[in-house]
Formats: sequence, C-alpha cells, structure tokens
Amino acid sequence: MAPSEEDGSMEEKETKKKPLSPFATAWLTFYNITMTAGLLISVPRWLVLAVAMIRFSYQKRTHKGLYRSIQKTLKFFQTFALLEIIHCAVGIVRTSVLVTGVQVMSRIFMVWFVIHSIRPIQNEESVVLFLVTWTVTEITRYSFYTFNLLNHLPYFIKWARYNFFIILYPIGVVGELLTIYGALPFVKKSGMYSLRLPNKFNVSFDYYTCLIIVMIAYIPLFPQLYFHMLRQRRKVLHGEVIKEKED
Amino acid sequence: MKSFCGETGPQTNVLLHILQILPSFTVADVKHKFHKICPQWHPSRVGLQLECTGPLLNDTKVVKNLAASSIVTLYFRDLGTQISWITVFLTEYTGRLLIYLLFYFRILNLYETEEINHSRRHPVVHLACICHSLHHIKQILETLFVHSFTNGNTALKKMLKGCAFYWGFTMWMAYYINHPLYTPPSFGNRQIIPAMVCFLVCGAGNYFSNVALVQVHKTGTRSHFVKPTYNPFTWLFKLVSCPNYTYEMGTWISFTIMTQTLPVAVFALMVSLQLIFWAQRKHCKYQKDFKNYPSCRTAMIPLIL
Repeated sequence: MAPSEEDGSMEEKETKKKPLSPFATAWLTFYNITMTAGLLISVPRWLVLAVAMIRFSYQKRTHKGLYRSIQKTLKFFQTFALLEIIHCAVGIVRTSVLVTGVQVMSRIFMVWFVIHSIRPIQNEESVVLFLVTWTVTEITRYSFYTFNLLNHLPYFIKWARYNFFIILYPIGVVGELLTIYGALPFVKKSGMYSLRLPNKFNVSFDYYTCLIIVMIAYIPLFPQLYFHMLRQRRKVLHGEVIKEKED
Repeated sequence: MKSFCGETGPQTNVLLHILQILPSFTVADVKHKFHKICPQWHPSRVGLQLECTGPLLNDTKVVKNLAASSIVTLYFRDLGTQISWITVFLTEYTGRLLIYLLFYFRILNLYETEEINHSRRHPVVHLACICHSLHHIKQILETLFVHSFTNGNTALKKMLKGCAFYWGFTMWMAYYINHPLYTPPSFGNRQIIPAMVCFLVCGAGNYFSNVALVQVHKTGTRSHFVKPTYNPFTWLFKLVSCPNYTYEMGTWISFTIMTQTLPVAVFALMVSLQLIFWAQRKHCKYQKDFKNYPSCRTAMIPLIL
C-alpha cells in the first residue's frame, strides 16, 4: 500500500552496519540514483499534469490523459521495484524480506491487476490521488537511500521522509481504496480473472470477492504500518533533538 | 546455594527473587520453587536463561554445573500459556475430521439447494470421505496410543496457528470435493482405484514406521537407530531416515490423484515442504549422533532428498 514505507531498520542499524562490499555499495548506489533521477526527470511532467487535472476536475470531470501518458513509466518503475525484494533476500539491504515483499507486491497488484486490467477506471480521480502520493513518496525515499549510501544525508531529506508520510499515506490509501471500489462493478459485470465450477481441477476463483477481501485487508494492515512509521519518526527525529541538546 | 531470578519486562522493571536451593537441584526444581513464591508463573511457562539473550536451559540440567560460584543469576522469560502436545494434535486432527464430515453430510447448506437436488454424487466422493476419515481416525489413535511425547508442552500460539492452517485447508478441500458440481477424475476408475490403494498402503506404512520409531525411542535415543525388520513396510528404513514422513507425503499425493482437486494438490505441496524440512533436520541429527549411520540413507525421498 502507498506510500511505500518499510520499517526503517536501515536507519536503526546505521551504527552497527557491517561494511558492504564495494560491489554491493556500487550497485545499490547505482540503483537508487537511477530510481531517483528517473523519477525526478519524468515526474515533474506528471505533477504538472496532475495538478492541471485536479483543477479542471471541478468543471469538467474528465481525467483522460493522465494515466495514458504516464503508464509506461509507472509500470516500469513499480515493476523494477521487484529488485528491492532481491536486495533484501541477498542481504545488501537490512530490511525484512516479508515487509518489502508485501509493499512491492501490493504496488504491483494495484498497477497491473487493478488499473491496467480494468480500463474504465483509468480516468478516475482516485487514480490521480494515489499516483501523486506514490510519486512524491518514491522520490523522497530513493533520494534518502542515495544520500544515505553516499554518507552525506541533508537534514531536509530526512525530515521529508519522516514527515511527508503523515499526510501522504492516508491520502494514498484513500485513493487506492476508492479505485478498487470503483472497479468492482466492472469486474462483476465482466467476470474477469474468475474461474467457475464445474471444471477439471475442481477449483473456483472469484476476482470480485478477492478485491473485496483486499479492501478489508487494509483495515488491520494500514494502522499497523502507519503507527509503526510514527514510532520510527519519533525515534529518529526525537533522537536527533536530544543529540543536539547534548552538544 | 542462592539463585536470583530477575524479570525484565518492556518497561525494564527488574524484580529480584532470591531462592535458597541446593546445588543438586535441577532447573525443573528451581522452576517449581519459583512457582511457589510467584504462583502466577506455572513451571511449564517459565523459561530460564543464564544470559539475557542466551538459550533456554533444559529442565534436567543440574544447577551446580551451571556456574562456579555459590550465587547463580538466572534470567526469566515468559513462554506464554502452554498446552500439551497431545491436546494440540488431538484438537487438530479431530477438527479436520469433523470439518470434512460437516461438508460431506452438507450440514451447513453451503451449496445452493437446487444444485443438490439435480445431481447424484460420483462414488469417488464417498471413497474420498472414507479415506480421509480413516486417515484422521488413525492419526488420532496413534496420538493416543502409539506416540510418546518427550517434550510435553508447546505454546498456545503455535496450536492456534496450526489449527488455523490445517482447518482452513480442510475447509477449502472439503468444499470442492463435496460440491454438487464436482468433476470426477479424468481417467475414471483407472485413476481412482490405484490412487486409493496407494493411499491405504502409505497409511499402513506410516503406522508401522511410527511404531518402529517409538520402539527405538523407548530403549533410549542414543543407543541405536532404526533398522528395517521383517515387516515389508519398514524396508523403506534402508533408504531413508524418516519413512513415516515419506509415507505421509505419499498419502496426500495419492489423495490428490484420487480426487483430482487443485486445493488438495496445494495442501499436499505445503505439507510436503514442511515434512522435507523436518526430515532434513532429523537426518542431520541422526548423522551427528550415530557414528556408524548408513551413508546410503537420505532424509525423506530415496536417493534424492
């Protein structure tokens, strides 16, 4: 779910980090710089477009164009994020594979199984909502990791990473939930991705019910992640304040 | 001899208890003494460690071997409510048995009634119910009369997780096998009969392997390992360390083939992965414990794994 905020164990373990091999550091730096730069180059276009769309929406209620113009970049970056699971599995990033896996998979689910597959909802306002929040969070996150790896972290980036989520995360979740809810009638009518009985392997799958279960799953999962990030924020930023006082 | 028991909770409150104990006391005796002073901590849910982050001490260890001085500091950890293994297994198996029968006898009216009126059930559905029920009754009887549980308890959370997993999968499987729109296997009796025979053979093999393992256990674990006997079902011991797991895997694979149902296949896969993991652990332990352990044996699948 958006914005992607894994538990900040990377920051926690900064002081106890065992030195990465030069190859791993180089690869991670390259990966994070590419993601940051790629997003910074392509994103301003989206943000301008998105802001324009939101302004027009009050008069026209049409959002044609935003998704179509950004879909290739969006799919590329979100699918590329699969690499992050491999980073955790191999051990060059100290976050748990499960947390990263859940984050990345939920993004990929939204991008490929909801927006890409269910065409009528691509022009909904809710799509604009979570796309904007995802993008801002991604830029903050990747630049945070890049600067972290280069050991020159400007305080502003750290502040952004630990404060933007407070508003962006709920907005993103609202956008995602509204999108899925909007997609439900189309899924029910078309019966897509569903398997009915009788069939040779005696199994059935209802995509409509699956989407409803996904929406219900947000209820326990979102507060956990949100409060975890709040605790991380208090630990990191509050700890910073104490350090300054001691100096 | 004195021993300190310190409790550190999340608020790092340290409560010290000083117990007078004899050097010949075992860890179990210390736990019982602690229980007398603090009745809310039953000995079975008490975990004692020598260091804050060290391993939990075995109940049979004697205190004088733990530390040199006459004052020993032990750290206490709450292991959670404990349930005996027998209760865990009985609950799991009985639940699975009853859930399957619930779907077979259509007690809950989960299927739409007009479909039920129109369809007659294929014999394989009845056979599947009989096989499934026999398997679980056998497991229940084995738990009660065959197995001996050395490490008596486990945490309640583990039981809840296990029940959720097994009961959930049984519900998923039973729903499709007993559905009015169930499709019998593609190759008919040529598929069903051999699969059922295989199922029964694997069930018998599992039983005899468990009996053989328990007999060795009774004589003392370090004395010798299991060897094949005159019983043909135990001949698999020549090739694998844990034939009971092999037969268990065979049971579920034959059930999958017999019913040709994807949920059963998924369950068989998950159970097999778990069994392979356990078998590898046991195999490594046997190889470590016995110097003359036969090298041709593999963990669970002959010649491969």
